[in-house]
Amino acid sequence: MGSSSTAGMNEEEERPHVLVVDDSLIDRKIMEKLFTNSACKVSTAENGQKALELLGQGEDKHTNINHQGPKINLVVTDYCMPGMTGYDLLKKVKESCDIKEIPVIIVSSENVPTRIEKCLKEGAQEFILKPLKQSDVKKLRCQMQFRQPIKGRLCMGR
Amino acid sequence: MAAVSQLQRQFVDYTTSLYNEEYLDDQFTQLQKLQDESNPDFVVEVVSLFFEDSEKLLNNLATALQQTSVDYKQVDSHVHQFKGSSSSIGAKRVTNVCVHFRNFCEEKNLDGCLRCLQQVKHEYILVRTKLEALFRLEQQILQAGGSVPVME
Repeated sequence: MGSSSTAGMNEEEERPHVLVVDDSLIDRKIMEKLFTNSACKVSTAENGQKALELLGQGEDKHTNINHQGPKINLVVTDYCMPGMTGYDLLKKVKESCDIKEIPVIIVSSENVPTRIEKCLKEGAQEFILKPLKQSDVKKLRCQMQFRQPIKGRLCMGR
Repeated sequence: MAAVSQLQRQFVDYTTSLYNEEYLDDQFTQLQKLQDESNPDFVVEVVSLFFEDSEKLLNNLATALQQTSVDYKQVDSHVHQFKGSSSSIGAKRVTNVCVHFRNFCEEKNLDGCLRCLQQVKHEYILVRTKLEALFRLEQQILQAGGSVPVME
């Protein structure tokens, strides 16, 4: 396993922070492991509302100007969720001044072209079919590194 | 030592048969690859969650289909969840039945739904039995001082 790339580097603050949103506990657990295995910090949320709170967009955002919450670098959300869908969450993220820059990945078990189209149109970075594989996560990991120049880091690819 | 290699051989043969008979698919392998020293029980934990989830879903499905006026949207929602969780752990046969089940939900075909419920329950029990046997084999290997073969 290639987790030895963390040796000797000050990884703690520099690990990308991923927010995984899914109503399925099984899928949250699997995605969490996929991302931690790729040297990411992971937070999880079981629905869109909790996700928005973790993104600093909760009820009290107006009173909390200097929000000190953990900075999230990537949101990975399931499409089909009761209440606020992944698409609804995507819209809220992209409509918000503070967090619209955060890339949002939509994952779905269903390959529906119109669904994919509308998500991409709304600003989703990517639409990935479930179940997510290690290779999908590695690719995302590389993209995150290029987007955020961190001293001395290169995308190792493997 | 002969005992260990015999157990290991049994493990490989058993696992291979599970894949050949489509009880499991590549997604299960993916889960095994995710497991490491930092989380040595990862697969068992995820599969246990699947067992818990499935038993609840099967109960919910039975109840929903017993109603005088069946809410097919509700039934479909349970099947969708079952399809998702079984697919996430690689329980291919269960997933396959869920696909048919969803079609019957869309058609509001009670007979079809009831048959699928029986089928999905049957496939679930089968895969659960086999996974439990697989985990027991793993434990036997580890207790005998061996390591569990990695399937490719």
